[in-house]
Amino acid sequence: MIQAAKEPYVSTTNACKLCKPLGAALVFRGVEGAVPFLHGSQGCATYMRRYIISHFREPMDIASSALSEKHAVFGGGPNLKKGLLTVMQKYGAKLVGVASTCLTETIGDDMPGLVREFRNEFADLGLPEVVTVSTPSYSGTHAEGFHAAVKALVEQLAVPDESGVPGESGESGEAGLAVNLLPGFVSPADIRYLAEIFDDFCLPVTILPDISETLDGPALDEYQKIPEGGTPIAAIRAMGRSAATIECGRTLFGVESAGEVLEKRRQVPLFKRGLPIGLRETDSFFSVLETLAGAQMPRRHALERGRLIDAYVDAHKYLFGKRAVLYGEEDLVIGLTSFLTEIGVKPVLVASGGNSGKLEEAVKSVTSGILGEAPETAAGTDFYQIAARAKELAPDLIVGNSKGYRMAKELDAPLVRAGFPIHDRFGGQRILHLGYRGAQALLDTIVNALLDKKQAGSEIGYGYI
Amino acid sequence: METSTETPIFDERRDQIHRTGETPFAIACNRDSLAGAVSQRACVFCGARVVLYPIADALHLVHGPIGCAAYTWDIRGALSSGPELHRLSFSTDLQEKDVIFGGEKKLHLALTELIDRHKPKAAFVYSTCIVGIIGDDLGAVCRRVAEEKGVPVLPVASEGFKGNKREGYYAACKAMFDLTGTGDTAGIPKLSINILGDFNLAGEIWIVREYFKRMGVTVVANVTGDGRVDDLRRSHGASLNVVQCSGATIELAKLMQEAYGIPFSRVSYFGIEDMAEALYSVARFFEKDDPEIMERTKTLVREEFAVMYPQLTQYRRDLEGKKAAIYVGGAFKAFSLVKAFRHLGMKTVLVGSQTGTEEDYRELAAVTDPGTIIVDDSNPLELSAFLQEKEVDIFVGGVKERPIAHKLGVGFCDHNHERKEALEGFVGMVNFAREVHASVMSPVWRFTPRRIQIASSGSQS
Repeated sequence: MIQAAKEPYVSTTNACKLCKPLGAALVFRGVEGAVPFLHGSQGCATYMRRYIISHFREPMDIASSALSEKHAVFGGGPNLKKGLLTVMQKYGAKLVGVASTCLTETIGDDMPGLVREFRNEFADLGLPEVVTVSTPSYSGTHAEGFHAAVKALVEQLAVPDESGVPGESGESGEAGLAVNLLPGFVSPADIRYLAEIFDDFCLPVTILPDISETLDGPALDEYQKIPEGGTPIAAIRAMGRSAATIECGRTLFGVESAGEVLEKRRQVPLFKRGLPIGLRETDSFFSVLETLAGAQMPRRHALERGRLIDAYVDAHKYLFGKRAVLYGEEDLVIGLTSFLTEIGVKPVLVASGGNSGKLEEAVKSVTSGILGEAPETAAGTDFYQIAARAKELAPDLIVGNSKGYRMAKELDAPLVRAGFPIHDRFGGQRILHLGYRGAQALLDTIVNALLDKKQAGSEIGYGYI
Repeated sequence: METSTETPIFDERRDQIHRTGETPFAIACNRDSLAGAVSQRACVFCGARVVLYPIADALHLVHGPIGCAAYTWDIRGALSSGPELHRLSFSTDLQEKDVIFGGEKKLHLALTELIDRHKPKAAFVYSTCIVGIIGDDLGAVCRRVAEEKGVPVLPVASEGFKGNKREGYYAACKAMFDLTGTGDTAGIPKLSINILGDFNLAGEIWIVREYFKRMGVTVVANVTGDGRVDDLRRSHGASLNVVQCSGATIELAKLMQEAYGIPFSRVSYFGIEDMAEALYSVARFFEKDDPEIMERTKTLVREEFAVMYPQLTQYRRDLEGKKAAIYVGGAFKAFSLVKAFRHLGMKTVLVGSQTGTEEDYRELAAVTDPGTIIVDDSNPLELSAFLQEKEVDIFVGGVKERPIAHKLGVGFCDHNHERKEALEGFVGMVNFAREVHASVMSPVWRFTPRRIQIASSGSQS
């Protein structure tokens, strides 16, 4: 067993997590006309850009207040305001999403206060929306930063304190019709597919954030300062008037999340579900859609579901009893655990650098009924500990982002890449994880990875398998 | 307010852009990045981390919250011929309560645990932004652990906000300087050098070391590519410091000159002339001790040139007349690249760097054609506008520049820390030509909207 939550203290080697502002920057990239902005040192923005670009292979501009020593002493306010002006003038941003960093949290900059001052000082200019989120890197991971930014957008745009009545913000026409979908940190391919599903149910949807185009866009003849796509700001404002919210991610269960804010403050009915990975979690997701649409699952999705079960059957012997190690964001590994369990693979270690306190319970919940005993979990862990434990467990398969490559190589186990970041393969932004279609893609990849290993290790060289 | 979204140049940055031929020459540089502009620069920590990173048998512990360590885990292609401790990422992973109560205790525990586990030859402890704010006494903890464990433990003053990358280079050099002068120099011959400012990306330092070996010159310490702590400790026994790169390690050379009287020379291993001149400069230095060294060096250059030149000529046939843009971290690389492109028959139309000095830019203005854009501390908006204006065929830069080029249908060559192709030495020049050729000549560009537009506007005029 990996010791729980690193008590007593041990240092971190090869982190299985990233820092909080990175998650927030990704969310702001998924809002139409928005520029992500980090209030802190220049390095934070640059490091995160580099990291994100290497996965998506897309431009990822993150502005920075680029604080220097004197700002650390006297406060970063002046640079924050100057930076906001620069971004609105040069990028023509409709929204600036400002995330704090450990530096500005530690020196005690009051970002909401500074933004209020900014609004007053420059009230005569056509100011963009400025949304702030507190994301000190010493508290939580990029996953928490992601959820915090979604919540900040909802709190500050959809249910602002000063607005009295639901829907007061001016937009009208579709009140009560749209469904809010808060999918969590999934790939552009996943978001495109989710939009397609809603379309097929004839359900208008607001997906927040929507990185499907902003982080996987077409070749261009003119450079776009802000990539096209993203959740329209007007749609975010209207989220308080939607028919319902579907919020994905089991780490958000029992947490005051964006969906709960909409439910409590605007009485928008909330459906919290796990990430729809694999058959059962996707069934649960689709059943919400059937309820909301008052219609059966459209035939093409029913067919995809049927094909998936057919493929489960065809593949079952290659998979049964295989032992897998999984790692990554908690919500992702919980979904993958659910999926692997239902195809007969046994997760022997479910690990995450995140430490929401929900992992063990969620893993138990998605495996009960199939596995007698819930898989071992390790939250708040790092790749040093994961690799050490994996060596003892000798898995047949590893599923996770590309940072587990050296471990997989050492163990001579196939690594099926999923999640973020994928830095050592092409097309990470187009990996489909969700729904029946995503499960089908994952199933094919996993079976073929195991067959490839078997074939490569065999002297016979079977041409049929 | 009038917004000026049409022009991508920030008013505050106008004086950081120069076009060759404009008189008088003037360019502003080495200033803080403009808030809100998306600078391609990093921070002090980044500067220190890139310089020390390749020292393969040292422990590199990042004292701070997780981000700084996570983003620098195994990111450079800096190879080692032996230990690979540098490829692991260590962090004290500070949490909220540490920010309130201080992180010294955790730092002590982390160092003790990691030194016991990995038995490194030395440990570097990097400060990050918040360490500078919460006031941990890094020096005291490092001294204590050094005493307890009997290995050098060196604090690196790399708080991110305390300047730019250059300050980080300086912090790294100061930490390395503390190691020099502590080892035994017995047996080091007269014809001996330290290689400074090469990081052994894709095995480049091995190429250069092989040249020096053929010249009869011994390399005492690699600073820092394929670097070793014990080599650094005895590096003061070398006769000459050969320094590549404009900023990263020059401070160490200066400190060593002051302390041990070791002279230094500045070189570049990129391109034909610069590579040859690097070897000749070392040969000239040792000529009084070994009169034949110059002849051996000339033979070496001749042999290498004979292998390389026919291959270059082939590539040149296709590349003649194409246009190149360069945006790199340090300006030294830019000089060599301008010359390298000239050998391929190509013209440099844009050249810039994150941390160049006025002197660097003046030199670039002298070696480029009229109209060439020279830019300091640029950003995606400017770079994309320049690429469009100049109808560039290939852009040389790092990971952050690649998507700008690709989005606009422009070829790209990675000349940064993550490259997997050796670009130094005579063989590196061939690799460079091959890579440029592979990108420029790919058929994919003809399908990109921007090239279609250029082609159609060209046929109309």
